[in-house]
Amino acid sequence: MNANASLVEAIEGDPRFRELVTKRTRLAWTLTGAMLVIYFGFIAIVAFAPEWLGIFISGAITLGIPIGLAVIAAAFVLTGLYVYRANSEFDRLTRDILEGIK
Amino acid sequence: MSEYWLAIIFFFVFIIATLGITYWAARKTKTTSHFYAAGGGITGFQNGLALAGDYMSAASFLGIAGLVALNGFDGLIYSTGWLVGWPIILFLIAEPLRNLGKYTFADVVAYRLQQGPVRIAAVIGTLVVVLTYLIGQMVGAGTLIKLLFGLDYVVAILIVGAVMMTYVLFGGMIATTWVQIIKACLLLGGAVLMAILVLSQFGFNPTNLFAKAAEVNGKAVLEPGTKIVTGAWDALSLGLALMFGTAGLPHILMRFYTVPDATQARKSVLWATIWIGLFYLITFILGFGSMVLVGKQTILGIGGGGNMAAPLLAKELGGPLLFGFICAVAFATILAVVAGLTLSGAAALSHDLWVSTIKGGHASEEEQLKVARIASIILGICAVLLGIVFQGQNVAYMVGLTFSIAASCNFPALMLAIFWKRLTTAGAVSSIVFGAVGTVVLIILGPTVWVDLLKHDHAIFPLKNPALFTMTGAFIVGIVVSLLKPERSSAEAFEEMERRATLGVITKAAPAE
Repeated sequence: MNANASLVEAIEGDPRFRELVTKRTRLAWTLTGAMLVIYFGFIAIVAFAPEWLGIFISGAITLGIPIGLAVIAAAFVLTGLYVYRANSEFDRLTRDILEGIK
Repeated sequence: MSEYWLAIIFFFVFIIATLGITYWAARKTKTTSHFYAAGGGITGFQNGLALAGDYMSAASFLGIAGLVALNGFDGLIYSTGWLVGWPIILFLIAEPLRNLGKYTFADVVAYRLQQGPVRIAAVIGTLVVVLTYLIGQMVGAGTLIKLLFGLDYVVAILIVGAVMMTYVLFGGMIATTWVQIIKACLLLGGAVLMAILVLSQFGFNPTNLFAKAAEVNGKAVLEPGTKIVTGAWDALSLGLALMFGTAGLPHILMRFYTVPDATQARKSVLWATIWIGLFYLITFILGFGSMVLVGKQTILGIGGGGNMAAPLLAKELGGPLLFGFICAVAFATILAVVAGLTLSGAAALSHDLWVSTIKGGHASEEEQLKVARIASIILGICAVLLGIVFQGQNVAYMVGLTFSIAASCNFPALMLAIFWKRLTTAGAVSSIVFGAVGTVVLIILGPTVWVDLLKHDHAIFPLKNPALFTMTGAFIVGIVVSLLKPERSSAEAFEEMERRATLGVITKAAPAE
């Protein structure tokens, strides 16, 4: 029991733990928000103004096609952003905290 | 009929190869950790392929290609919806899930609550989703085999059931993971090849392909139509279901336990997103390719509601050889997904219901494995029976339904469990029950069942897809019920849960299971 209480203290007392939680939470919700806005923006156009997507922009391409593809691309980009930050910064923080409590 | 013989040969080669894998996996499956989670030894890259494989089911490949072939742009609405759920899983769910649970998502929902009631509710949530998804897949499999091999529908279902159960019973998660990986590679490979062949006929410029499609079928194929969404609210509801349903699918969530840590869990989702995104881009090309090179009339004429668009395109591009290969791969796809679903259903019955609830967490490894296998058999038999009973039902619709249910009963509870300090046992249970029951009821009262099936004049509930109401409702119910009667123990355990979810370390006094 004693060893546990001191473990808890060590983690909670480490300012890097709070930093990690805050940073991760903020990034997670920001990117979630971005994805929601992009995707539901697309759905809103499909729902309320589908004719916009039928406008020809060049040759046989309608506006809908690059927009749809942009939504798919956005999914890649946002995912990549998160993984990049998480694998570098967050993992480093986690390692440091775990080293610190040994 | 010679083209069908090639498909049958490919198909048998695949079956034999996967049975070989199952044999290899069986020798390695000694513990429940192996059976449910492949011993935690799958890498992020492998899991990414397995996840993608699980996701690129018959509905994705055949269904979307068919949808695009017949309606053009509309297919992209489903594709984008099915893809964008993955980033959400990555940002909010993958790491906490991996760190907090052992084999099932119920582990996470029940983490700081009273195990009994929450586990039972989670089991209900899991089974409702798994069983509806199974209906869609089994019916798809039966129809496909009947169309391709001319076998009787019931015989087809029995064959699928038998092979699938062999994978699960003997090979557990190790077998199903590797079958998914191989299938994913074959499917992606085949699809990429077909896309290249299609584009080569249009100077490798997709614009030419779209131009030809518009020329032949009219401009309407390049913009959203009214085929799949009947109004603004329906579109919104469908979007919600597709996006958040992914995060409520038990067999997908279960795959996060096959990797050793949160970093690998993260990589899994990255790779899965890449493969799945690529796949949807390709199915868009293939759909248009089929529309132009095969033609809507041929596709509709052969039956199956557009599902044959991709295989017919394969025949057009590569003759009987490619046709046989694609058919066999499509079929393998269904087999693999059905196996994964059965395994997650079995996990719910044995790990969540039997071991954790009925036996209070005390059961020997041997007993757990035995119960897991019995549960697999039960699920397998259910899958076969459901496939037979629901013959002729529209597959794409069943899958859409599944996503609605998953988005409403599993996703809200999981989110509240991970992020909201004041969740109580009653809150979690009522959220899941509301989500499951509410969705099923509103679907019955909606246009597809009440009007189309039961022949009433007007639907009592106007939307085809109830997710807008049921998902929101499940969140509200969970929150309100929790606030009505606080649960100190749950709120107090929140910080401990946060530590473990973030760092992966256990800091509670009692020994973890």
